[in-house]
Amino acid sequence: MAHTEWRDAPELPDFSLLKRLARDQLIFLLEQLPGKKDLFIDADLMSPLDRIANVTILKQHEVDKLYKVELKPIVSSSDQLCFLIRPRIQTVKWISDLVNADKVAGRFRRYKIIFTPQKFYACETVLEEQGVYGDVTTDEWNFYILPLDDDILSLELPEFFRDNFLEGDQRWVTTAGSALHLLQSVYGSFSKVYGIGRCAKMVYESWRELMEEGEQRTRQPEFAKVFLVDRDVDFVTPLCSQVVYEGLVDDLFRIKCGTVELGPDVTSSDKSIKVMLNSQDKVFSEIRNEHFSNVFGFLSQKAKNLQTAYDKRRGMDIQQMKAFVSDELKGLKQEHRLLSLHIGASESMMKKKTKQDFQELLKTEHSLLEGFEIRECITYIEEHINRQVSMIDSLRLLCLLSITENGLLSKDYRSLKAQYLQSYGIKHLLTFANLRQLGLLEEQQAGETLTVMESKVGKLVNDKTVGKLTDAFSSLAKKSNFRALSKRLALVPKSGEEYDLRVPRDMAYVFSGAYIPLSCKLIEQVLERDGWTGLEEVTRMLNGQEFAVTARNKTDAQRIVLVMFLGGCTFSEISALRFLGKERDAYYVKQIEYMVNIKLSI
Amino acid sequence: MAFVTANWNPLGDAFYRKIELYEMGWNLKDGLRDCLVAAAPYGGPIALLKAHNRCSPSARPQLEIFSSSGLPLASFPWKSGVVKQLGWTVSDDLLCVQEDGTVLVYDLLGGFKRHFSMGNEVSQSQVLETKIFHSPYGTGVAILTGALRFTLATNIDDIKLRRLPEVPGLQGAPSCWAVLTQDRQSKVLVANGSHLFVLDNTACTPVTPPGLSPQASSIVHMCVSFSYKYLALLTDSGHVWMGTSNLKEKLSEVDTKIKAPPKQMAWCRRPKSQQPSAVVMWDGLLLVVGECKETIQYHLDDDSILVPELDGVRIISGTHHELLQEVPGACEEIFKIASMAPGALLLEAHKEYEKESQKADEYLREIKEQSLLSEAVRQCVEAAGHEHEPETQKTLLRAASFGKCFLSNFPPEQFVSMCRDLRVLNAVRDYTVGIPLSHTQFKQMTIQVLIDRLVYRKLYPLAIEVCRYLKTPEYQGVSRVLKYWACYKVCVCVYLFTPLLYSNILYFVLFLQLLFNKVALNLSKLTPYCMPSCMLVYTVVMYLKNELNRGDFFMMLRNQPVALSLYKQFCKHQEQDTLKDLFNQDDDHEELGNFYVKASYKEQRLEARIAHLQSAVDEYYKAKNEFSAKTTEDEMRLLRFQRKLEEEKGEQLVGFSLHDTMTTLLSVGLHKHAEQLYKDFRVPDKRFWWLRLKALAEKEDWEELEKFSKSKKSPIGYLPFVEVCIKHHNKYEARKYVSKVTLEQKVKAHLAVGDVEGAAEAAIERRNESEIGTVLSRCSATTDHLLVERLNRAKATVAKK
Repeated sequence: MAHTEWRDAPELPDFSLLKRLARDQLIFLLEQLPGKKDLFIDADLMSPLDRIANVTILKQHEVDKLYKVELKPIVSSSDQLCFLIRPRIQTVKWISDLVNADKVAGRFRRYKIIFTPQKFYACETVLEEQGVYGDVTTDEWNFYILPLDDDILSLELPEFFRDNFLEGDQRWVTTAGSALHLLQSVYGSFSKVYGIGRCAKMVYESWRELMEEGEQRTRQPEFAKVFLVDRDVDFVTPLCSQVVYEGLVDDLFRIKCGTVELGPDVTSSDKSIKVMLNSQDKVFSEIRNEHFSNVFGFLSQKAKNLQTAYDKRRGMDIQQMKAFVSDELKGLKQEHRLLSLHIGASESMMKKKTKQDFQELLKTEHSLLEGFEIRECITYIEEHINRQVSMIDSLRLLCLLSITENGLLSKDYRSLKAQYLQSYGIKHLLTFANLRQLGLLEEQQAGETLTVMESKVGKLVNDKTVGKLTDAFSSLAKKSNFRALSKRLALVPKSGEEYDLRVPRDMAYVFSGAYIPLSCKLIEQVLERDGWTGLEEVTRMLNGQEFAVTARNKTDAQRIVLVMFLGGCTFSEISALRFLGKERDAYYVKQIEYMVNIKLSI
Repeated sequence: MAFVTANWNPLGDAFYRKIELYEMGWNLKDGLRDCLVAAAPYGGPIALLKAHNRCSPSARPQLEIFSSSGLPLASFPWKSGVVKQLGWTVSDDLLCVQEDGTVLVYDLLGGFKRHFSMGNEVSQSQVLETKIFHSPYGTGVAILTGALRFTLATNIDDIKLRRLPEVPGLQGAPSCWAVLTQDRQSKVLVANGSHLFVLDNTACTPVTPPGLSPQASSIVHMCVSFSYKYLALLTDSGHVWMGTSNLKEKLSEVDTKIKAPPKQMAWCRRPKSQQPSAVVMWDGLLLVVGECKETIQYHLDDDSILVPELDGVRIISGTHHELLQEVPGACEEIFKIASMAPGALLLEAHKEYEKESQKADEYLREIKEQSLLSEAVRQCVEAAGHEHEPETQKTLLRAASFGKCFLSNFPPEQFVSMCRDLRVLNAVRDYTVGIPLSHTQFKQMTIQVLIDRLVYRKLYPLAIEVCRYLKTPEYQGVSRVLKYWACYKVCVCVYLFTPLLYSNILYFVLFLQLLFNKVALNLSKLTPYCMPSCMLVYTVVMYLKNELNRGDFFMMLRNQPVALSLYKQFCKHQEQDTLKDLFNQDDDHEELGNFYVKASYKEQRLEARIAHLQSAVDEYYKAKNEFSAKTTEDEMRLLRFQRKLEEEKGEQLVGFSLHDTMTTLLSVGLHKHAEQLYKDFRVPDKRFWWLRLKALAEKEDWEELEKFSKSKKSPIGYLPFVEVCIKHHNKYEARKYVSKVTLEQKVKAHLAVGDVEGAAEAAIERRNESEIGTVLSRCSATTDHLLVERLNRAKATVAKK
């Protein structure tokens, strides 16, 4: 298969270095609290931590018992408690309560909180307000980046999107900046930085300031370029159903931190199995980027090959048999196990996804992307809601409709919203409010209302409200220009042509040939042009905020590009970028805030 | 006390004295030769830059800054362009004027502050000469360009460039020029040969100094007094003409008898002096000229520069720092040999008193007889202020104190404040501080400015001591110094210990300002320029939260989008009620509505839930969001309905969505109630049909389903009927509905029940290629051989068309 060999592909940097750095620091921090201690870990840090330092290592450093932070009273007999948490107010509050409860009970313990990736003042304020500031010690574990795979790095910050884009809380920006800085200090400086989006700009600024402070290192750089992209530049892509194998696995079973838990129906046994999904898994690495219609055929071929390999042992003499058992059998067994898992997974995938429903869902999505038969689509969505097919899918379709159509007509918006609330309860009023704020699901403003709003805004104008005003304008300007963009960048290939999914022509294959992910297309264009020139119209439609900075004039042969999605990215985008990398004979490394399937975590 | 007068020199009626201020602490190799030197008035710092060596551009000269006593304050290599002139601003900033008209501003300790340009014209024609001057409006820069035009900025903090009119007949660089401040305007006085011109904004006016000696063919040097009131001109014939700067009056003219061009000339006149006097410096010679024909000559060992002061001239050489001034009146009266002035007698009286001699009484009596004792005390106090040596100061003050004992009703203020002032002056004159201020200068400069200067030099403890000692009000004194100190410390800490961004320092500084002034500053001014770190915004917000009253605090937040969003987030977890208040303040009814809806979900009790929802409804109405209001009202109705049913039928219903409620009702057979909901809540027909369909199929009540299908024309078509039967594995029932399905869906329906032939039939009839394709894919080649053939044929004909 084409995936197995990268033509003259540049070697990827060794990301295990990052893990080692993180591990060493963690151990150092744990040693700061000598003696036996119980460790409480934030739920979403469990899997990343497992990647960095497993239980054995923790035990070696006198961690007695491990607990998950559950925000409930604890049962622990240890006199030393260590908390490894994200800087969240809620968690800190819980710890304060715990300390106070111990105080009341007259129990003396030592407490240490390790915030990762950094501590926030607000958390310390909470400690102070709860009167336990003096009772606990705090520390920072600067664990910014987790390498998920040979070519994927992640910040593992699921709240990045919500905090930054919905709540307007920019505290993670510096975290992202620091992450870039870390990469740069470990792997050498980048020659060029591109980016688009407000957040990207801010991240770059914060990174640049770090650069200015720190000393310059002159080591052979391993990355050539870096591309920062805000998630809100392209909302369309994550709203589409994924059809590449890895994406589907994510849609169906949720890939968390590079691991997926396959249920009993897949494993054909009575318990679920956790599987690491990365390029170490030979089977997976070959099918992860494939359109799911190809996967099954590939797997059966693979099964046959495996059988032949097994069959080799017939007619072997003792010597050969010995060699076979010691060299190959283990590998084959391993492969066998993985193969059966993937076959199981793709079976359950086929079961679910070849059904009528899914086909129609895809069809509707494609019509929306192309802008055909919108009425039919609305009817379909209505039915979808009425039948309570899937809470998330319905919302996804609604958002896709809103974005591609520049907002819903008032009549449709109200009726669909009413239907949705009838189906799923009025708590989703809040969901709708949030989606509206994000610009994901909006009601078209009649011309009249807009003027009223503008005059209102006009009244507010004085120098103090400039900030507000710009925000207001940008939210007005946020009106997606998807249709125009799609035309300009040729995102939707001409319909009617046959698209052979076995031999992908362009990145559109990740959506069955119906749509090229906007984010990836942008990256391709910018890298091709080496800047934003010629894309002025596009950036204007995307609300500007683009930049390109040459950091270093040296041109070198390195072709590795780091793409950073601020606010998460989908597996489809990763597949598309892998495809692009293959075409362009370059290699893309993606760094993401968090893997998101659909970011409607409201 | 003869030694006091040892360094006095008479000139006309007055005496001049030269006092050594410091022996310079610096160690200069070539003294001041070939150096650009700038020394700030009022005992300010000295900047030194070795002249540019044009032969080797790579050699970078060192720019050095010293205190007046020659202690190094800063030193750094000069990396920018060729410097034409150095100068100091009134706030102790160093200005470096470059050849291209760019002016770089550094602080006293060598930190780069900013730069500005003197305009395109200057950068094109280059700087020929430049002068930095002080006016009531601040510090100004005047430039003579290569094109022989003057460009002038009166205040560098508010730059308005003015290009002055052309000087007629100017062929080369003028022989000399100076900046005047007159009538609230800065003017340039230019000498071209023997012609003098005054340039102001609009015109170039030729002027003639009254009574200038006719031998002169050219004016080679000129200088303006510290107050801009007087002007001195030096002609090529060696005459010094002194007069008022408006050129209306001549004060004197003296022949120096030296025709060589001088190196520097400066006014040396103390305020209220009777005699105009100027100092002219040549190589190795210094001349003081006054009204009379005589002059005082001093020999100079070393290259020196003159620094004009309010009450004299400072002379800085490579090794020494001296002050040349007219002996102040009080000193002259007291110390003049054989003086019988009351002050002198009092001093003598005190001396005798110390010696326990009865002569003390004689002297005292003499003063008292003329009833001049209070005058004598005043003289002594005043003279003490003008003396540089603490010992002399003490002697004079003791004498004054002694005299005071014999006076009733003598106001003590003068004496007390003089003692204090002197203590401060002696402290700042100290070698380590190096600000040689005279008492006159100190009074002119004011204590605030002195404190600022100490702060600029980072002499915080001294500044605080001075404030405390002089009892300056807290807000002007100690607090201000502490504030600067804290800002400085924070900056240093931030720089050194945390990887924080520079812009954050601004926030910290702001924070500190808030701390000390308790005034809400507009943070947003900064936000466009720097990205505030959230941590710092938090710091400020949290601090202000406790410091300001709530109203002010919210008002402040309104203008800070970043701070506001952070605070909201904090409130979400910590203080729900504050969040409500925040929305209230903004009249954000929409958000308030959402807030109540959210709150309602946290309540267990139904009454509380409904109460919250009612509040939400009110808010939504206020926000003119009828839709949300109506929906919420519906929800309240639904909740009441659910509870009623729960009580009657014992079915768990409260909290379900409308859809789920109906599903539950239908599944337990409460059709009537479901029907009621359908009507009450305007549930669309389609949804209701789906619901019924699902519920009936779920119960496998096929009979009822059939009845239902016939009750009305189905708004959702009949394909769902087919599908739902198939889903429950009842092909038999499914077939019943196939015939009812619309033509478009026929194929699907047939396929659903597994009737391939029927599907083929329908597809062929519809002549739809893709449908035929779908059917084909479902046929197996072996069993449906004939069918496949038929379909293929049909497909071919369709395709042909």
